[in-house]
Amino acid sequence: MTRVMALWCPDWPVVAALADEGQPTHLPAAVLHANIVQATNAAARTHGVRRGMRRRDAQSRCPELRVHPANPDRDARCFEPVLAAVEEQHPGVAPMRPGLAALRAPRRLRGGEPAAAALLAERLVGLGVWDSRVGVADELFTAEQAARRAAPQDCHVIAPGESVPFLRGLPVEAIDDGVEGREAVSLLRRLGLRTLGELADLPATAVRDRFGGPASTVAWVHRVVGGAGAVPLATRTPPPELACHVDFEPPLDSAETIAFSVRQTADRVVAGLAAQQLVCTEVRIEAYVEGADDPPSVREWLHPRWFTAVDLVDRLHWQLQGGFRAGDVRAPVNRVAFTPMTVVPDAVHADALWGGTDERVQRGIARVQGMLGHEAVVQPVLQGGRSPAQRQAFVPWGERPTGLRPASHPWPGAIPPPAPARVLATPWPAEVVTDGGRPVAVDDRGAVLGEPSRFRPDPTGGWHPVAAWAGPWPVEELWWDATPRRVARFQVIGVDGRAWLMTWDTGVWWTEAAYD
Amino acid sequence: MTTALDTTLDVVADLRTRMARLEAGTTAPPLETHPALAGLVQLRAGAAYSVDSATLALALLAGPSRAGGWCGVVGVPDFGAEAAVALGVDLERTVLVPDAGDQWLEVTAALVDVATVVVVKPPGRVVPSAAEKLAARLRKRGAALVAWGDWPRCEVRLTTREPAWSGLGGGHGHLRARRLVVEAQRGTAPPRRGALWFPAEDQSYRPVEPAPSVPLAEGVA
Repeated sequence: MTRVMALWCPDWPVVAALADEGQPTHLPAAVLHANIVQATNAAARTHGVRRGMRRRDAQSRCPELRVHPANPDRDARCFEPVLAAVEEQHPGVAPMRPGLAALRAPRRLRGGEPAAAALLAERLVGLGVWDSRVGVADELFTAEQAARRAAPQDCHVIAPGESVPFLRGLPVEAIDDGVEGREAVSLLRRLGLRTLGELADLPATAVRDRFGGPASTVAWVHRVVGGAGAVPLATRTPPPELACHVDFEPPLDSAETIAFSVRQTADRVVAGLAAQQLVCTEVRIEAYVEGADDPPSVREWLHPRWFTAVDLVDRLHWQLQGGFRAGDVRAPVNRVAFTPMTVVPDAVHADALWGGTDERVQRGIARVQGMLGHEAVVQPVLQGGRSPAQRQAFVPWGERPTGLRPASHPWPGAIPPPAPARVLATPWPAEVVTDGGRPVAVDDRGAVLGEPSRFRPDPTGGWHPVAAWAGPWPVEELWWDATPRRVARFQVIGVDGRAWLMTWDTGVWWTEAAYD
Repeated sequence: MTTALDTTLDVVADLRTRMARLEAGTTAPPLETHPALAGLVQLRAGAAYSVDSATLALALLAGPSRAGGWCGVVGVPDFGAEAAVALGVDLERTVLVPDAGDQWLEVTAALVDVATVVVVKPPGRVVPSAAEKLAARLRKRGAALVAWGDWPRCEVRLTTREPAWSGLGGGHGHLRARRLVVEAQRGTAPPRRGALWFPAEDQSYRPVEPAPSVPLAEGVA
């Protein structure tokens, strides 16, 4: 019988945020999303900071709390080395979410499961992950719960067949996992159910009726606690040697020749992956030249679906074209290496065969990225904010937008529609003066000093008489900062009929946008 | 069996449309155009258009974007995303290259391969030979080019005249609506003029009613 081992790194979003910025881990810190605390570390908890707290409550309990914005991509990225370290010791790791992974418990190790867990903890301490906990049980949910009850760097083993008694004793807060779980916990407590055992004693139909169908979290937990909870473990087996390279003798100096010569290698990469029923969604391509150890041309390519052999050759071709043109690659190339960075089971992408983004479009865009670089091609997205520039963001093509402000919230001080057609990437220094030639200003109370009469939207252009104006829309940005900025926005129309959005920022005028 | 037949039929249909295109001379398939501009300009695949303002460029993007096409925007770092959405541009299918530098022509050509309509703001004067090369690509790919600025031998040149904003007073109110006259100059023919609400009070973009579009001498295309 297969036993499951769950590896849990508590407070992972905080650990990842601190590690990413190289900050010390013993100081209080929290990760916030939408001004609500998502995760904290132990130091912050001793000050009374809890998950679900509002930012101002958390900061009032612990003024020196360092807050970091939530970033799931960062959490996942920082968890990769941990997964790799675990994979070195135990093949077949299934990452569940950043901070939590599952693996098959080793059966024939001397010292049994606790010894395996100790080895794992030791390996992770070597990586700088001090707090890791391991739970071992018959199935995944129980193993995860056991890990949550283990001491730091320790292991909690639930003996075979003991899962149900263990789970029955757990408080209902154990299913507090995400928004749905939190609501369910609240409802269960109001129903007077305090442990999972009490939940399990309810008839299955009653649970399903009350908690939204057999697919809901509570119904699922009810089944697991009832003893029917074998959760299949989808493993991510580390591919033994997926990276392939090809050497050229003599070295080649034309992108076309090289692309032609790597076709077989690209086929081998894809075939090697396919043999393990994997596909690659991120690949690193390196081109080496003679006389240099470091490859002069390295780029990591993402694919919205997965790379075929033709895709790999195309990416290499574009990368080399760009490299030769930019002068990065000065000598003939003697080796090209493909290293798959992210692999997924091909079943995950099976449904994308007949849908998803047009492949032709992706290839065309990737070609432009090859010419100018990954960040040069962007997709505009909308977000919340006060100024037009804050209300939009440019996301590099192929990346997921993170950290966007919600557009649905009210943004007091925002300018009512219509939106300006030109939003300047960097504001132009401008001037707005009164009849007498004195600069127009805004006082501490937000009143306009002087009537705008002439303005100059950009420093090289001419002066225009003001036909009409409105404002100020005052915004006190970052008033809690040491040097608060007092910003007031104005709409100004010149006599030529063109309208501008201008900003008065503590004494200086800027042109922010044009209603072109 | 059925598949093979279908493929053959597809090929025949494709060949027929190509023959029809050859016979009809320069008539290119029309592209979806924003309804506000309907009386003034009809976008056609393979043609280049020149505009003088950001709003007009966005409005020309909006037609094909609404119809499900992809849009490219090259050399416009001050792209107003919110205004684009208000006109009906789908940002999900918009590719923006804010700063293409010296390679703007190559980037435009690459985007013409994938997008139905591409807006480009040339950084300097455009050499006619470069425009010719791009025009050949446009015809081949069935895409339209909208140049924000001058463009040699463009199909239609759209200019905005007499913009008049309403809603703003001397220190009060806010911009609400704009009435402007758009002039469409096609070759040496007399220009076609139309007054538009861009936008109207209700933030829609439409012609001022009743549509006073001056009839054109060259006849309806």
